[in-house]
Amino acid sequence: MNTLVETMDKTTGAISSADLAQDRPSAATVGDVTVADPRMTCRNVDVWYGAKQAIKGVSLDIGKNEVLSMIGPSGCGKSTFLRCLNRMNDTIDGCRVTGSIKLDEQDIYDKGLDPVPLRAQVGMVFQKPNPFPKSIYENVAYGPRIHGLTNNKAELDELVETSLQKAGLWNEVKDRLDQPGTGLSGGQQQRLCIARTIAVSPEVILMDEPCSALDPIATAIIEELIDELRANYSIAIVTHSMQQAARVSQRTAYFHLGDLIEVGETNQIFTNPQHRLTEDYITGRFG
Amino acid sequence: MYSWILMLVVLAAMAGAYQIGRQRAIASAGGPTRIKQLHSLPTYYGLYAALWAGLPALMLMGLWIGLQDQIVIGLVTSHLPTEMVAGLSEGRLGLLINDIRNLATGNIVSAEVTPEIQAAADQYNRLNLISQWAMWAVVLAAALAGLAYAWMRTQPRLRARNRVESAFTVILIIFSSIAILTTLGIVLSVLFESLLFFQKVSPLEFFFGANWSPQIALRADQVGASGSFGAIPLFTGTLMVSLISMLVAVPIGLLSAIYLSEYAHRKVRAIAKPTLEILAGIPTVVYGFFAALTVAPFIRDLGMSLGLDVASESALAAGLVMGIMIIPFVSSLSDDVINAVPQSLRDGSYALGATQSETIRRVVIPAALPGIVGGILLAVSRAIGETMIVVMAAGLAANLTANPLDSVTTVTVQIVTLLTGDQEFDSAKTLAAFALGLTLFLVTLTLNVIALSIVRKYREQYE
Repeated sequence: MNTLVETMDKTTGAISSADLAQDRPSAATVGDVTVADPRMTCRNVDVWYGAKQAIKGVSLDIGKNEVLSMIGPSGCGKSTFLRCLNRMNDTIDGCRVTGSIKLDEQDIYDKGLDPVPLRAQVGMVFQKPNPFPKSIYENVAYGPRIHGLTNNKAELDELVETSLQKAGLWNEVKDRLDQPGTGLSGGQQQRLCIARTIAVSPEVILMDEPCSALDPIATAIIEELIDELRANYSIAIVTHSMQQAARVSQRTAYFHLGDLIEVGETNQIFTNPQHRLTEDYITGRFG
Repeated sequence: MYSWILMLVVLAAMAGAYQIGRQRAIASAGGPTRIKQLHSLPTYYGLYAALWAGLPALMLMGLWIGLQDQIVIGLVTSHLPTEMVAGLSEGRLGLLINDIRNLATGNIVSAEVTPEIQAAADQYNRLNLISQWAMWAVVLAAALAGLAYAWMRTQPRLRARNRVESAFTVILIIFSSIAILTTLGIVLSVLFESLLFFQKVSPLEFFFGANWSPQIALRADQVGASGSFGAIPLFTGTLMVSLISMLVAVPIGLLSAIYLSEYAHRKVRAIAKPTLEILAGIPTVVYGFFAALTVAPFIRDLGMSLGLDVASESALAAGLVMGIMIIPFVSSLSDDVINAVPQSLRDGSYALGATQSETIRRVVIPAALPGIVGGILLAVSRAIGETMIVVMAAGLAANLTANPLDSVTTVTVQIVTLLTGDQEFDSAKTLAAFALGLTLFLVTLTLNVIALSIVRKYREQYE
């Protein structure tokens, strides 16, 4: 913390990563990281890629029926942190996670826990829409099929329909469910990916910059959708757009070079940030 | 004689022309400080001059060397006494000309040296000498003329760069068309010989006949004088050996590709992949005697112990070994397409709670399937065209059979047998080899075109 402030004084607020020593102590987070009704609780999470520490002692809760947005400059670790929440980092060589991350009181990094069913509970939507090269129907039916969620074709049909409806895509694709999902527009593809995620009824949905590859109209549709989904799911969204964070989320977390700098009500973060770095980022001085 | 010296002289002239053109350009712009006045950099004016000095001269030289002998021989023949030439067949005339040429160059002559032949040889030598000197003169004149033309054209407004670039384009086109023209030449020569064959043997018999016994009588009263050219047994034999080899190569190749690209640790992969590809580096003749001396007897003994009647040159042995040879083909092509499936698709599947094997079965393989099929088709065309293994391990008897334990023969084996025998070059037996070659070529070409278009279509999907 002290190092940070000193560096800032020297450079009058303009911070570059070169100014910051790699092994400085982790900063204390400003604001309350806990919520009254948490779905996921993370305590003192560290992440290393080989010898490089990407996340430093982050503690953060994700509440029920809330949208938590994570913002911060590129390389600040927000995507890395997001990928810890459903153990997608397991697929990366040399990635090591310590600390505790709990989903409904169950430690997801417990040795005995199988990450495969966990990922059905904690779904993920990626930056670039990645529909499978299958039909629209098969894209949505994929998850239910591998988990055996339905007993017969009629139930599966119904699940596909409700998932597409919840993702706001049903009316656009109901006449061409047998056509390839890759043939849809970018925004439709992303909503297809959301429908695919919803179809396995997760508790938490992680979104990694879900709109960065989309145009403003498609973005607006997805943002509305996120707001509707909040009624049934907990959502954590990483975004580069501060406007988007302000529009869709109830709480906002600001990450900086692997540290969680500040957490708070979205309103308060954007109107009255407590930490100098948060203020600098929000006012556009760097990032 | 000494054409290569002339070649060096022309190259030296090009180097000189480069310097001259460059200096001329700089001078025409008004000195080294004012080269901004030039349209192109001085180097391009140098290249422009060098190309003008060298290209026409070299082309002329090539043409001259190509045509010289024919013209000289024509002249010599026309001066031979008519009673010597009259009534000679084409072949006899060729022999005579060969004798003249041998005498002229001091080689051994087959016939007795008559005064007429001696005179013709002297004339041959004289004409050649004249032609040599004329070539030197003409080529050097062309080089100088080219240089002079470039000299006159060199002025600041000359677009030397554009000229040089288009000259290089033309040169590149000429060289690349050599490869294409060679292919075309091969196809046409095979095609014409095949047409000759089909004049002797009807295509109907060739493509639909079930009896292959390609012999032509050397004497009219020979036993078994009439040959028959029904190629069906060859086609089925080729198909059977290829099929057996694909039954070996596709599962092993594909599964090892999946293991290497999806499961194997980086270190394992770094060792296992090159090791697998060593199989592709083994000469096919080595596979051949492995098949003939090790695998075939093993299969026969195994069959005998089971009470089966196995031929010592069974289709199974040849197919098995050919399959092993093709494994690296299938595995490395499949490995490439599996790796080309974007990681985002795998992530998407994992994020839905799919296991690794579910992801591979339901997402990766379906996405890579077109590419894998393309790779397999390429491997099939390789198997059909493979020669050495089947020559050594498959039989010669053209059996029409569906039993892999029997001996069969393949198209490639028959081509080798037909062309290594003592036969006249226009006999149906020899020409049959060309017809078989053409068929083989058309089949593999079709397979390759289909395979490549499938692979390309698949690539476009993700890039």
